Amino acid sequence: MTATTFGWLVLAFPLAGSIVIALGFRRLPGRTAGWIGSAAIGLAFASSIGALIDLQSHPADARTLTSSLWDYVSTAGVSAKLGILVDPLAVFMCLVVSGVSFLIHVYSVAYMDSDQGYRRYFSYLNFFVFSMLLLVLAGNFVILIVGWAFVGFASYALISFWYRRRTATHAGIKAFVINVIGDVGLVIAAILIQRGTGALDFPGVFARAGDTWGQNEWGIVAICLLILVGAFAKSAQIPFHTWLADAMEGPTPVSALIHAATMVTAGVYLIARMHPLFELAPTAADISAAIGAFTLIFAASVALVVTDLKRIIAYSTISQIGYMIMAVSIAAYGAGMFHLMTHAFFKALMFMAAGSVIAAMAGVQDIDRMSGLRRAMPFTSAAFLIAALALGAFPGFSGYFSKDEILAFAAERGGGYWILWAAGTVGALATALYAFRMIFRVFFGEPNEEARELQEGRLPHGEHVNPATGEPEDTDVGYPGPEHHIAEREAAMRGPMTILAVLAIVGGFVQIPGVTHVIEHFLDPTFADSRFIDVETSTGHEALALVAGAVSSLAGIALAWALYVRNPGTTLRLVARFPHLHGFLVHKWYFDEAYDALVVRPMLALGRGASTTFERVVIGGMASGTALAVRAGNSAVRVAQSGLLRNYALLVMTGATALGLYFLIVAR
Amino acid sequence: MDIAWYLVLSAFIFCIGGAGVLTRRSPLVILICLELMLNAGNLALVAFARMTGTGDGQVFALVVMIVAACEVVVGLGLIVAMYRSHLPMDVDDMSELHG
Amino acid sequence: MESVVFFVAAFMAIGGALGVVLQRNPFYSVLSLVVHLLALAALFLLLSAEFIAAAQVIVYAGAVMVLYVFVVAYVGGLEDPLMEPNPVLRIAAPLFAVALGVELSVAILGSGLKGIDSRGPHVGAGFGSPAQIGQLFLTRFLIAFEVVSLLLLIAAVGAVVLARKSAAHPQADERVPGGTV
Repeated sequence: MTATTFGWLVLAFPLAGSIVIALGFRRLPGRTAGWIGSAAIGLAFASSIGALIDLQSHPADARTLTSSLWDYVSTAGVSAKLGILVDPLAVFMCLVVSGVSFLIHVYSVAYMDSDQGYRRYFSYLNFFVFSMLLLVLAGNFVILIVGWAFVGFASYALISFWYRRRTATHAGIKAFVINVIGDVGLVIAAILIQRGTGALDFPGVFARAGDTWGQNEWGIVAICLLILVGAFAKSAQIPFHTWLADAMEGPTPVSALIHAATMVTAGVYLIARMHPLFELAPTAADISAAIGAFTLIFAASVALVVTDLKRIIAYSTISQIGYMIMAVSIAAYGAGMFHLMTHAFFKALMFMAAGSVIAAMAGVQDIDRMSGLRRAMPFTSAAFLIAALALGAFPGFSGYFSKDEILAFAAERGGGYWILWAAGTVGALATALYAFRMIFRVFFGEPNEEARELQEGRLPHGEHVNPATGEPEDTDVGYPGPEHHIAEREAAMRGPMTILAVLAIVGGFVQIPGVTHVIEHFLDPTFADSRFIDVETSTGHEALALVAGAVSSLAGIALAWALYVRNPGTTLRLVARFPHLHGFLVHKWYFDEAYDALVVRPMLALGRGASTTFERVVIGGMASGTALAVRAGNSAVRVAQSGLLRNYALLVMTGATALGLYFLIVAR
Repeated sequence: MDIAWYLVLSAFIFCIGGAGVLTRRSPLVILICLELMLNAGNLALVAFARMTGTGDGQVFALVVMIVAACEVVVGLGLIVAMYRSHLPMDVDDMSELHG
Repeated sequence: MESVVFFVAAFMAIGGALGVVLQRNPFYSVLSLVVHLLALAALFLLLSAEFIAAAQVIVYAGAVMVLYVFVVAYVGGLEDPLMEPNPVLRIAAPLFAVALGVELSVAILGSGLKGIDSRGPHVGAGFGSPAQIGQLFLTRFLIAFEVVSLLLLIAAVGAVVLARKSAAHPQADERVPGGTV
C-alpha cells in the first residue's frame, strides 16, 4: 500500500469512529464508546506508521506525494481537488497527533467514566482528531481551510462540553469567535494567493511564489501577515491568546489533547508548511518571531502568579508555543518541530497528572487549597515531576534538548536574533520557576485534608460546584459526572501516563546536538528548498545554548525551592510589597479588560443602538411610515367618495372640460 | 346649412343636458336629461354622416337609439322598484355607497 | 328655405331642452322632451337621414316617451324646489356647462375639419334610405346588429326581473287605504 493510501486511511478511521459512536450513542454500553474511539485512533496511528515506512522507501528528493479523490471546485481560474499531501512534515505531524491522541483517548476511557455525555465526548474527540489530521494532510488551501474550520468547531464543542455551565459556554464562544477571526485572515490570504499565483495546491503555489512576488514585496508580506493572523488565533499568541486560559473550562483530557498537544500547534505547522512564502517575506517572519518571543515572556510572567492549576499549565502552553513560533519564524524548522513533539509529550503528561490531582481534590482546581499530595498520590506526583522536569528543561530530559536547539539556532542567526536568544533564556528560567512552583505547592508541604483522606484509603467527596464561580451543580447531562477517577486507581489512566513519561525522558535523545539528527534528517526533504537549510549551528553556539539552558533551568528550580520550600510565605510578602505588579500579572496584563473596553463594549453598544434606534426609527419608520403615508393619501382621496351622484357627475364633467381644454391648447 | 351649425347645436344641447344632470334631484328627471345628451350625440353623428357622404354615422346613430331604449327600460324599472320600496326619490338621499 | 326650417327646428330643440332642465314638474319635462325629439327629427330630415328621422319619431318619441309618461304617471310628479340647496353645485354646474359648451364650440369651429364649411358632398337619392341602412347593417355592421339584438334581450329580461314583486319587500305593492305614499 502506498503512502497516500495510508494517508486516506489515517483520515478514514477517526471519521468512521466518530460516526459510529454518534449513531450508536444510545446503545453503546459502559465504556464501549471509549474503546471504539481509542481503537479508531490506534488504527490511525498504525496507518501513520505505514505511511512513514512507505515514505522512507522513496528516494529523498521524491518524498512529496499527492493524491486526490475528486475535483472539489473546477471553474475558470479556480481549481481545487479533494487532495492530500503526504510528505515528511505531514507524516511527522500525523504520528505526533495520532500517537498522543491515542494515549489521551485511553486515558479518557477511565477519566470520563460516569459522565452522562460519555459517548458524545468520544464522538467529538474522534471528530477533532479527524479534523486535525485533515488539516495536516491537506494538499491545498481549500482542504486546509476546511480542516482549520472543523478543528475550530471541535474545539468549541469540547470546551463547552459541560454545556449547562455558563462559564463553559461563554469560554466556548470566546474561543470560537477568536478562531473565526483567524479563519478570516487565512481565507483572505488564500484568496490573495490564488489571485497572485493562480494555483491553490501547495506544490503549485510554492513553485510559482518566487516568480509572482519579489523579495519582501508588500503583496507577499501582506499575505504572510494574514497567515500569521490565522496561525496566532489558533496557537493562542498575542493578540489572540485570550481564549486559551478560558478554554480550561473543558474536561482535562480535552485540555491535554487540544490545548496542549495538537490544535494549538496547528499554527506552528502552518508557518512551517508555508515556509517558502515566509522566506520570501522576511519582514513578516521577523514580526512573527518577535511576537513569539514577546508572548513567551508574557505568558511565563502570568503563569508565575495565577492560582488555578489548569490555568498555570495553559499559560505554560502559550509560552512554549511562543518558543515554537519563534523557531519556525527564524527558519529553525527541525528544532521547532522537535520542540512540538517533546512539548506534546510532557504537556499531555502534565495535564493528565493535573486531571488526576483535580479528581483527588473532588473538583477543586485552586492550588491555594492543595498541599502535600506526594505521599497520597505517588504515581501522579512522579508523573507530574517528570513532566515538570521536561518542561523546565532539566538537563537530560527531552525539553532540554529541544529548547536548546531553538536557542542555538537563534544565536547562530546572530545580529538582532540575540534578543530572541536572551528572551528564550530568561523564559527558560521563568519556565522552570513556575513548573516547580506547581510541584512544590501541590505535592510538597503538609498533607491537606484531601491528601489525608486519600492516605486513609477514601477518595475525597466534595460538593459538586463550578470550580470558577462556586455555583452548585448537579451531575446530570451537561455537567461533570458524579465520580472522580484518579490515576492510582485506574489502569487505563496509568498506562498512557507511563508511556508519555518514558517518552518525555528519552524523547530528546533523537536529536542530541552534534550526536543524533533523526528529526532533522527526516524533515529535510520538506524543507530542502529553504534558504537556511545549510545553516549548521556551530559548536560554540551549541555549547552556549546547552550551558545557558542548564544554568537557567537549575537556577529556576533552586529559586522555586527557596521560595516555596525553604521560606514558605516569601511570595506572600512579595505580593504585599508589590500589589500593583501582582495585580497586573494576575489580570493577565489586562488584555481581557482592554479587549472588553475596546472591542466588546463598542460592538455591544453598536448592536444595542442599532436595535433600539436604527431598527425602531429608520426601519420601523419606513414600514409604518409607508403605512401612514398610504393612509393619509387614502383619507385625502376618500373625500371624493361622497356617495352623492351629482358630485360624481360634476367630477366627470370637470374632467371632460379639463381634458378638452388640454387638447385645445395642445392642438394650437 | 353648413355642417358646422349642426355640430354647434349638438354641443349646446349636450351642455344643457349636462347641466340638467347636475342640477336636478329627481332620478327620473336625471334620466330624461341623459336622453338629451344622447340625442345631442345622435345629431352630431348624423351630421358627420352627411359630411362624409357614407351611411356609417347613421347606422351608429341607430345603434345609439337602440341602446338608449334599453337603458331607459332598465332605468325606469329601477325607478319603479325604488318607488315600490318606499325609497325617497331624491338622489342626494341615496348616498349609502359613500366611502 | 332650408335655413328657415333649420332655425325653427333649432330653436324648438333648444327650447325643448331648456324646458326639460328648467321645468319643476317632471311631467312637463317629459312633454318638453317630446317637443325636443320632434325638432330633432326635423333636423335629421334636413340632413338627408330619412330613416333615422322616422325611427326617431316612431321609436323614440313614440315608444320610449310613452314609457316615460307611464312611469311619471305611476310614480307621481314630485316637484323639485327651485333653489339648489348645495352651494357648490349651484355655481359649478352652470359654470362647467357653459365652459364645456364654449370649449366644444371652439374645438369644432377651430378644428380645421374639412367639410365643415360645406354642406357635404352631393349624395344620391338612396342616401339615408331604409335600403341603405339595412344593407349596411347586414353586411358591414353585422356583428353590431347581432350584439344590439342581444342587448335588447338583456334589457327585456332586466325589466322583467326588476318589475317582479321581490320577497324582501312583501308589502311593497300594498296601497295604504285612504292615502298616497
